[in-house]
Amino acid sequence: MTAQEVRLCGLLLQEHFGEVVERIGTHLLRGGAQNLRTIANETNTPLDLVKKSLCVLVQHGACEFGSGRRGPGSPVEYRANCERVLRVLRYPRYIYTAKTLYGDTGELIVEEVLQRGHMTMSNTVKTVADRLTHNMEEGRSMEYSEVVSAFSKLVETHFLQRCPPVAEMGTAASSTTPATPSTPAAPASTAPPTAESNPDCYKLPHVTLIGRGKRRRSSDDSEEQRGGKKAKMEVESCGDEGIYWQVNFERFHQHFRDQAVISAVASKLDQTSSEIVRTMLRMSEVTTTQTAAYTQPLSANEIFRSLPPNYSISRPILDQYLSLLVDDPMEFVGKSGDSGGGMYVVNLQRALANLARATLESVVQERFGSRSARIFRLLLRKRHLEQKQVEDFAMIPAKEAKDMLYTLLSENLVQLQEIPKTPDHAPSRTFYLYTVNQLPTARLLLQHCYKTVANLIERRLFETKENKRLLEKSQRIEAILASLQASGAEPEQLTEVEEMITAPERQQLEALRHHINKLDSTENQVDETVFLLESYIFSTKTK
Amino acid sequence: MAGLGRGRGRGKGYMSFSIEAVGIGKGENLPPSILQPTPLFPPMEHKPVPLVMGEEAEYMLALKQEFRGNMKTLPFYVRQAVSKKDTSLSVDTPVDPKPSKKTRVDKEEIIHKLEVGITLEKKEEEVTSDEEEGEKKKQEEEQQDGEEEYDEEEFEEETDYIMSYFDNGEEFGGDSDDNMDEAIY
Repeated sequence: MTAQEVRLCGLLLQEHFGEVVERIGTHLLRGGAQNLRTIANETNTPLDLVKKSLCVLVQHGACEFGSGRRGPGSPVEYRANCERVLRVLRYPRYIYTAKTLYGDTGELIVEEVLQRGHMTMSNTVKTVADRLTHNMEEGRSMEYSEVVSAFSKLVETHFLQRCPPVAEMGTAASSTTPATPSTPAAPASTAPPTAESNPDCYKLPHVTLIGRGKRRRSSDDSEEQRGGKKAKMEVESCGDEGIYWQVNFERFHQHFRDQAVISAVASKLDQTSSEIVRTMLRMSEVTTTQTAAYTQPLSANEIFRSLPPNYSISRPILDQYLSLLVDDPMEFVGKSGDSGGGMYVVNLQRALANLARATLESVVQERFGSRSARIFRLLLRKRHLEQKQVEDFAMIPAKEAKDMLYTLLSENLVQLQEIPKTPDHAPSRTFYLYTVNQLPTARLLLQHCYKTVANLIERRLFETKENKRLLEKSQRIEAILASLQASGAEPEQLTEVEEMITAPERQQLEALRHHINKLDSTENQVDETVFLLESYIFSTKTK
Repeated sequence: MAGLGRGRGRGKGYMSFSIEAVGIGKGENLPPSILQPTPLFPPMEHKPVPLVMGEEAEYMLALKQEFRGNMKTLPFYVRQAVSKKDTSLSVDTPVDPKPSKKTRVDKEEIIHKLEVGITLEKKEEEVTSDEEEGEKKKQEEEQQDGEEEYDEEEFEEETDYIMSYFDNGEEFGGDSDDNMDEAIY
């Protein structure tokens, strides 16, 4: 948990859950596992607010609780999960992916589950049906069964999973999420149970939901906004109490990683090769674990049979494409045997490493120019080079090469390695070699990315605060306009109200919206880089 | 060590390794040493690449903003329940504990009292304390608003004086604008 990560987590918590939760969350992130009293005392927050914030954090999976350090009798300790809070940055991407895969229904389901953290299936179905009905034209409404089918598709492909069962804590008070009926008394596990450890993780509950979405009238609006928790209590029990569902982020990440590999192949080679790789990845979806270095071997015959029907290429052409893919320096596809017409694997780890390397090179190129990028790529390839060798291989005059090397050195993208010739490390008899280490450099850039996103959020909050008065005024005027239109006013009244905002103010508002949109959009794009680097670093850890 | 002995009595620029090895020749111009922190917004030689703008990017942007807006209305957005302003606005007058539902009613009372004709000083004290009370009650009732509430009365123009000090006495006998012949003192 670096300082940048904690800062970014704090800003994300503040934007989504308010300042109280931010204070508690940052305190937990910085201080490690603590019990309730310590948190309340050290953050000077009243106890009920601390409890509320912890509930919110646990509901969203950002915090875990477990028995204290001194054994089962000591007070419960809470631990915040930095990585989970950082996922909040990627929510739009998850929702958009669900939309592309399962349409509007899938999109709304994922959005609801992300907003509420944990949700029962019946609740989700009802809320989504109501929302979809609201957007349809008058007289039509959404069947629950359609939503249920979208939900089950999401569960089958593992995008949604059941929340992990909570370990019993002996005689301690009952936990907030109810345990599934299959857990017997007290397992004495020290590590918190993951979702995957539950064998029923992807099993749908036996619930028949029959009905249609209800169209919300405008008079019901105020009741709807009184909060989802209240609505939950009014709903009749549907038989799946206690079975809560959450979004399976790892599955989404697998999908993003596959997408990245396919688009890399498409841009490096051509569309047909990317289709072949997509087919291979699709076939190995269920057989590949999340941390595998490469997919299970697939024979060329299988690949040929599974190609999509509109991509009818002949068998020899497929073989040619496969050998091209194997020979490519990016090493996306490897050959692991000759049976069945050739056994091929997709090298996931190698692909991620190459993608991360390409990201690093691109960063150096955009920040320091193409000649510095040339030096950087050279050092990545040749590992260790002396000053003179760098100048020769990169074909850059000595003075400029020196300048660029020192700039890169001062930014910590390049390191100096000393190799002594004699045991006394005399400076005149030591080699000084320049080198680039890919993994530490990737970590460095990842921290820069976190800092960037945090800066963007802060700047956006600053801009909003600066123009608060103007924003409030425009909101009031919109509200007045809306109420006037609803009660049927003449056009002169409407224009009169619209003229309450002067033209320069309108321009200012427009500029403000433009800036905020730009900042938001930039956050989304930096998150793509963050994902690549995070995946790469994670793949190297699990060796 | 031999290295340390050579260092004494030499000019500037002595380092623990031989600088020829890293490529700085003898007597070459080195860039000037930095004496202050780097500027906050340094000029960039290489401008960043423009953002990717497309349908997908715009849709994700809309999703993000909508999500943020929705989170603020859900019960997961925990707000500070009570603003802790009760004892921080102390003026010298004692603050009477009044019932909580008195807002604009205070100002009506004040005007009524003025027309009865009390002295200026007493009026000011009561106006101050009553307006403070009114302000506090308003703030406590506006608890859903997560915005920072400041005491408008005192901090409006960033002066050190209580704003009611600058009252131009409008409330004080503020009628009779009809007859402009008589001078108003």
